[in-house]
Formats: sequence, structure tokens, C-alpha cells
Amino acid sequence: MSYYQNIFTQVQVRGETPEMGVPVPNMERKGAGYLHILGYFGNAQVGPIYLGNLGVISLLFGFIAFEIIGLNMWASVHWSPIQFIRQLFWLALEPPKPEYGLKIFPPLNEGGWWLIAGFFLTTSIILWWARMYRRARALGVGTHASWAFASAIWLYLVLGFIRPLLMGHWSEAVPFGIFPHLDWTAAFSIRYGNLFYNPFHMLSITFLYGSTLLFAMHGATILAVSRFGGEREVEQILDRGTASERAALFWRWTMGFNATMESIHRWAWWFAVLCPLTGGIGILLTGTVVDNWYLWGVHHHIAPAYPHVFPLIVDPAATPGASQ
Amino acid sequence: MKLGVYTAGPALLGLIVAFLLTVAMLFTAGWTRPPVHATQNGYRGTGMNQITTPEAERLLKLANTLPDPIPAASAAGKRATEVYTNVKVLTDLSQDQFDRVMLGLGAWIAPDDPSNPGCAYCHDVNNMADDSLYTKKVSRRMLEMNRHINKDWTAHVGTTGVTCYTCHRGQPVPKNVWFNNPGAPRALGVAATNDGMGHPNKVNGSTAMSIDPLSATLEGKEPIRVVATQALPAGYGASIQATEQTYSLMIHLSDSLGVNCTFCHNSRAFSQWVESTPQRVTAWQGIQMARDLNNAYLDPLKATFPAKRLGPEGDSPKVDCATCHQGVSKPLYGVSLAKDFPELGGTAAP
Repeated sequence: MSYYQNIFTQVQVRGETPEMGVPVPNMERKGAGYLHILGYFGNAQVGPIYLGNLGVISLLFGFIAFEIIGLNMWASVHWSPIQFIRQLFWLALEPPKPEYGLKIFPPLNEGGWWLIAGFFLTTSIILWWARMYRRARALGVGTHASWAFASAIWLYLVLGFIRPLLMGHWSEAVPFGIFPHLDWTAAFSIRYGNLFYNPFHMLSITFLYGSTLLFAMHGATILAVSRFGGEREVEQILDRGTASERAALFWRWTMGFNATMESIHRWAWWFAVLCPLTGGIGILLTGTVVDNWYLWGVHHHIAPAYPHVFPLIVDPAATPGASQ
Repeated sequence: MKLGVYTAGPALLGLIVAFLLTVAMLFTAGWTRPPVHATQNGYRGTGMNQITTPEAERLLKLANTLPDPIPAASAAGKRATEVYTNVKVLTDLSQDQFDRVMLGLGAWIAPDDPSNPGCAYCHDVNNMADDSLYTKKVSRRMLEMNRHINKDWTAHVGTTGVTCYTCHRGQPVPKNVWFNNPGAPRALGVAATNDGMGHPNKVNGSTAMSIDPLSATLEGKEPIRVVATQALPAGYGASIQATEQTYSLMIHLSDSLGVNCTFCHNSRAFSQWVESTPQRVTAWQGIQMARDLNNAYLDPLKATFPAKRLGPEGDSPKVDCATCHQGVSKPLYGVSLAKDFPELGGTAAP
């Protein structure tokens, strides 16, 4: 008999009627059904969805931002549908140029649209955060998810709002666009003397890679003991069966220590949260407190000096008579 | 718990999709056929390697073949000015030397083949002294430019020097020239201008950065240095936009010379001269040279060129790094044609 297999769930268990969840006062629930395809990846049940005022306004504001960005991108290829698709990953909506400083109403075509899109997107994200927080409270569960989300919002706000404010220029902010924001990242690191020498960037990378390592370890552990019912881990916090015992022993055998069924989730949560949290601090310090991270690293003895294999050269612009 | 057909189905499908994607990737753009050869040119661990493939090398060598040599001419004998009328630039040459330069111009710029008229490209063949063709006026200025490079820009061209062939390679208009690039048409009015960013092209190396970094830096003299020179801030320095312009220019350099960033820079500290290779000084001189040539020689020629030779903004064709280098760090793999051509002000010139 095949019941639970990995990769995709083969057998979909579903009730006569969709599960509407635990009772919560003053909350009407409707509109739940099943989608077989979703059952391959998770629970086949869709809904009940709670949108509410916050959700509706958030989606509306998000849609407005999406439209402003998309229409400006489309306009930048003269409304050509072919070029829009072809250059989609390159198309941009850039922030105001440096000469506009922190002007709140620069010309629409010189960054005005970027500010408006940023306002709507930021509002949308913050409303969505409030919605997550309130849904968690309504259900009587912890607000961990909303605080983890808040960590990502912190990094987003530092990049697009707080740091530009401190620098006195909207032009320091990230453009909208797939490659434009990646190119911004590369240029940002070069402009400020290599972000690799920024200790908070180091911490952020540690937590980023640490998160993937922890997720791989945890996912592997639970899948490995799923034949003993280990995927029902929440129940096992109360009633530890042999799956949990085996999982714990496996890690004590291999590395002498094991997280508990509860603490592994704290490890994962903190690693994930600290990644954008420390990253945001690193960005905030860049240009405001430190202007060249490499030179800062040399000053604080964290940048190694390599032997010179080339003849030593000097800046030609510094020699007498140089044109620049 | 037997592995039934239903279980294997999605996994098999996944494998097939992965296989097809891999095959598709092998034969699309961005794929480099191994072997890839890496040459270490920096201290170990700094990653300062130059990367190439035998196939790329082969194609580059093919594209950088040398012209047939033209027998040397004596500097003695009758002066060109005595024999010919209306000689304005090559006034210091003998008749033999003058003729040799004309042979060179023909071979390197307007070869006498079905696609080119040879001497008639610049001359009224019934009256060689006639100046009515714009090509003749441009040629004169180009000869002056060639001599100027060999005489005054040894900081960049060294003793190797240049000849017409360095850029022209048998074509009246060199393969790599550039014009001010206002970009493809876009909606006007309130639609975002994005300052020329967000569109991939050859110069910016298919990034979303500045589509025309050359106008500002190789014709204009906007600063190229953007990295902070001190650890702690001292006022608002270069903007991110200026940084992306420099980045785009550097991609052009890298692409023109067929080298990585690490040919000149230690990428951990791009701006630091003590971390850089001697080639960076040569490249810096090259940038100064391109600025000089564009401003002193190419720009003023826009009044001489017919409209068909001008760019979308009515500007002259201009030089950038690719104009001479054409994919090689030393044009024509460092072979000096100028040393056999003292007439063009090469180092062997009297």
C-alpha cells in the first residue's frame, strides 16, 4: 500500500466538507474548496481566506504600485509589447537623480513615479504586516511570523527610505526592476569600497548561509524519520515517539548535540530573522558612518595584505603635469 | 511501501524536464564550450585570472591577421611637395615615401575591390590634387591624428605605435566606432526617463546600467573615479548613478580588450592603485588619449562628414577602446606595424 511518499504527496486525504478551522468569535467563514493539484505540494484545501479591510487596501495599494512600475517600464520601450517582454528583466523605474536631493515632488518623469510607487508599495507592505499580526492575534497564536516579516521590512525600509533620508538623496535608493536592482547592488558595493569588509554584511551572510544549512538539516531530519511518523512534529513536542528519539540520537551520534523539537524552530527563526536584521544595519552604516569599507578594513586590520607580484605603480593622475 | 507507477510518475517527469533544460542550456547564448583556460596573473588566492577558450582564441587570431607588408621607401630623393601639388600634411616625406603611404591607405582603408573604389575613394582620379571629396579631407586629418598618437601618446601606445590598419582593417569606416546614443524610442511626457538606464546593449555588456557611458567619459570629461578615497565619510561623494556609468564604461573596456576586470584591478579594492597591475596605468592613459582624439580630431570633423556618416544626434563617429583593440589587450597581438612605417611618425621615423 502506498500512503505517504516523498517529493509529492500521492494520497490526498480530505473530509466530506472542507475543514473550517477552530472557532474564533465574530469571524464568518466561507468559500473553502479543494484543488487536487495543490494537494501534490501541500494541503489540497483552499480557503477559507480572510481578506478584511487591511487585506483589501493592501492588495489595492500593491496593485497601484505594480501598475505604476509596469506602465513606466512599458513606456520606456515605447509601448512595444515585444520589447516589453524581451527587455522585461532589464526594464527599470529609477529613483530621482542626485540633483533632486530629498525633494518630495520631483518631476514625474525624473523620479516622481518612483516616489509614488514606493509610497504605495510601502503602505501595502505595512498594511499586510498589520494584517498578519492581527490574524495571528485573532487565532490566539504567537506573532512570530509577523515579526519575521518585520525583519524583512526593516531591510526594505533601510534600502529605500531610511538610508536615503540620512544620505539626503533619494538617488541613493534602489531602483525597481529585476536586473536594475541587482546592478544597483553591485554598484553600491563598489562605490562604498567593497561590502565584503562590512562586518554586518559578514553577519548577514552568516545567517543567510546558516539558514540554508539549518533548513537542510531540519528538513532532512524530519523527512528521514517520516516513516516513523516524524512529520507530525508538533504533536511530538507533547508526545515524543521513536521518530523524535531517533532524530535526536542521529544528531548526537554525528555531532554530539541535538536541538529539541522546539528549539530547532527557534534556531531557524532567529537565523532567518537575523539575516535581514544585520544586513539592514550594514546598509544603514554604509555611506553614513563608513565611506569605504576596504579602507576601514585595512585600518582595523581585517583586510590581509598580499605580497606584490607586479611592479608597484602610482596613480598617474597624481604625477606632475597629468591632465587629470 | 512499494514504489508504484503513481509514485515514479512525477519524479520521472521532473528528471525529463531537468534533462531537457540542461540540453537546451548547452546550446544557447551564454554557454562556453570547454576547455576553459585560466591564466593566473596575480598573487595566489586573489582570483586575478584571465580566462579564455581555444575556440575564442582561434577566432580572435583570425580576426586579427596582419596586412601584406609594403616595401620600404627611401627618405632621400625628390620631395613629395616638389612632385605633387596640394600636399598639406605629409610635407616632410620624399616622393617614394609619399607614394608608399598612399599605397598603405589604399590597402588598409579602401582596397581596390568590387566593394571599394580604391584611390577614387578619396581622389578625383582625373585631378588627384582636387579636394572636393570629403573623404580626402578626413584622410588628411586622420594622418595628422595617426602621427599625433605615435608622437605624443607613447604613454599609451608605447613603441608599438599605430597605423591606419590598427583601426581600419581594410574598411573605410572602422568596425568599432560609436555615436552619442539617445536610446531607442520611448514614450515621452510624464513617463520615467530613467536617465538612459534599464536597456541592455553591447556597450553596457547586457546589463541594465547606462546605455551610453562613452559620451560622458570618452568625449565629455565627467569623472570616472567614484569610490571613496577615505574610510570615513567627508561629505556626499559620487552617486550610485555615476558609479553605474563608470561600471558601464569599465565593462566596455573589458569587452574591448578581451580581458577580465582583474587584468588591471584587484577586485577586492578596485580603486586602489597599489593593488592594481601596471596595465591599469596604460588603460588610464588610453582613456585620456580617447578623450583627446575625440575632442581634437573626431568631433570637429562633423562639419566635414556627410550626413550619412553622422550619428543620430548629428555627431561624428568617435573612437573608444574597441576601435583599436578589437578584442585583444594589445591590438594585433602587439605586432608593431608602425615601426616599419616611419612615414606615419612611428618610432623608427627619422
